[in-house]
Amino acid sequence: MDMTFVIYKLILCVVILLLSLVIAMYATLAERKIAGFFQDRLGPNRAGTFGLLQPVADGLKLFMKEEFMPANADKILYIMGPSLTMLVALLSSAVIPWGGSLIIAGKEFALQVADINIGVLYVFAVISIGVYGIMIGGWASNNKYALMGAVRAASQMISYELAMSMSIVTIVMTTGSLSLNEIVAQQHGMNWNVFTQPIGFVVFVICAFAETNRAPFDLPECETELIGGYHTEYSSMKLGFYLFSEYINMFISSAMIASLYFGGYNFPFMDDLGLSHNMITIIGTVVLFAKISFFGFLFMWIRWTLPRFRYDQLMRFGWKGLLPWAIANMIITGFISLLIKNNFFAFLTK
Amino acid sequence: MNQDSTKISLTNRSKMVSNKKMTLIERFYLPAIFKGMSITMSHFFRKETTIQYPEVKRPFSDIYRGLHVLKLDDEGRERCTACGLCALSCPAEAITMIAAERKEDEKQLYREEKYASVYEINMLRCIFCGDCETACPKEAIFLTNRIVPSEYKRTNFIYGKDVLVEKADARVDVSKRQTPEVLEFKKDKTKSHNK
Repeated sequence: MDMTFVIYKLILCVVILLLSLVIAMYATLAERKIAGFFQDRLGPNRAGTFGLLQPVADGLKLFMKEEFMPANADKILYIMGPSLTMLVALLSSAVIPWGGSLIIAGKEFALQVADINIGVLYVFAVISIGVYGIMIGGWASNNKYALMGAVRAASQMISYELAMSMSIVTIVMTTGSLSLNEIVAQQHGMNWNVFTQPIGFVVFVICAFAETNRAPFDLPECETELIGGYHTEYSSMKLGFYLFSEYINMFISSAMIASLYFGGYNFPFMDDLGLSHNMITIIGTVVLFAKISFFGFLFMWIRWTLPRFRYDQLMRFGWKGLLPWAIANMIITGFISLLIKNNFFAFLTK
Repeated sequence: MNQDSTKISLTNRSKMVSNKKMTLIERFYLPAIFKGMSITMSHFFRKETTIQYPEVKRPFSDIYRGLHVLKLDDEGRERCTACGLCALSCPAEAITMIAAERKEDEKQLYREEKYASVYEINMLRCIFCGDCETACPKEAIFLTNRIVPSEYKRTNFIYGKDVLVEKADARVDVSKRQTPEVLEFKKDKTKSHNK
């Protein structure tokens, strides 16, 4: 392994880490602004022009707050909760292909930190760990509301993970690969998976909402019933980590939706423009971020439109609504791809 | 009773509650969700109703009852004679005053022999009803369309003469409040407090 490769990967790691943090930071501002516009208000506009310094002010405020720890809390787990949530939120950005590849001085640099051939499995694994951060935090707080929120979060995330996995399994079936890079590359041009997997797409998006604990699935937090749920006992930057990781999760989920179903960095007519390889890559990255912004907006749009589910509705929807649909979608996809493989549709093209 | 089953509705917006089973499309919820999203989106582009307060102020009515003013007469003398009718009429007991006798060299300051050496209104007690203005026989106190600003300490809300008395070079216009009806009422000397 040569030195330039290591340095390049290190730079890419740092850039993506900073990028996710800055985007999450400004997602909080966007959330508040968009909430304001949806409710005929202006949103924050005092700190800097258009409120651009508001996230800085919020962060500073959280840093200045008292570090509070309940007397009977489990000291180690109490600190581990938010740290784990933050870590897991940042981990999954490693396998997302942020663009094609740049060719500099005859060498090819892929805009992806780790092109592992089981990228999809890796994302599943990381998402599954995500529940531990909330669970540990809620348990360690030694508070009944926090525990209630944590239990809700655990059962909700495990329930919706099933339907989510089922919908991704169909993608794996049609593309024949577990590598995210390969899945995105196969959607070259306009061959986006959303056109072949509309049901899978809807199921995946709904599950992504549930996995990120966003409205209408924000039962673990639900400030009206559980006083903040699992982070009731948290203050200062530990609370900040919990709130912040929600926005990072949102960003990563949007990136996942864009990569799996909306072609990632691919855009229509990318071969017909007659641009150089590097130029296409840069435009592709911009396009990917435009898609991510759209899905981020969708997350907020839904949040300020739909009320929260009741808990039994949530469970019924997950197990009796989404899961059967995802399984049916998987069976149909499998059946059709088998027919295609055996040239069953050959008579159509004759 | 039962024969007249037509419901009386004041607004024509009441709807019958029904427990009917949802149709298949309704059970998918997606059409209803898209409808809701289109409603929120229509609000997204609507004009904001926010009034950015310190820079932009809501237009006040001409006869808005806000911060009081103690008027000076045309020669710049205080009109108030510390008769105490305003304090007596005040339902919130917000007004206190201490009367004093005018010295010989103070004729350019006070219109009559008696004046208020201390005149205080507690703005936290005041309910801005305007009874003090109605009670005043000397047309000395008026409510204006200025508002009482916020303060950090409760004691700062007790306004003395330094704030309440209008400055001779910056008169407060209260002509809008002195409607013909008010002036007519004040002329009626059969009312004991107008004497």
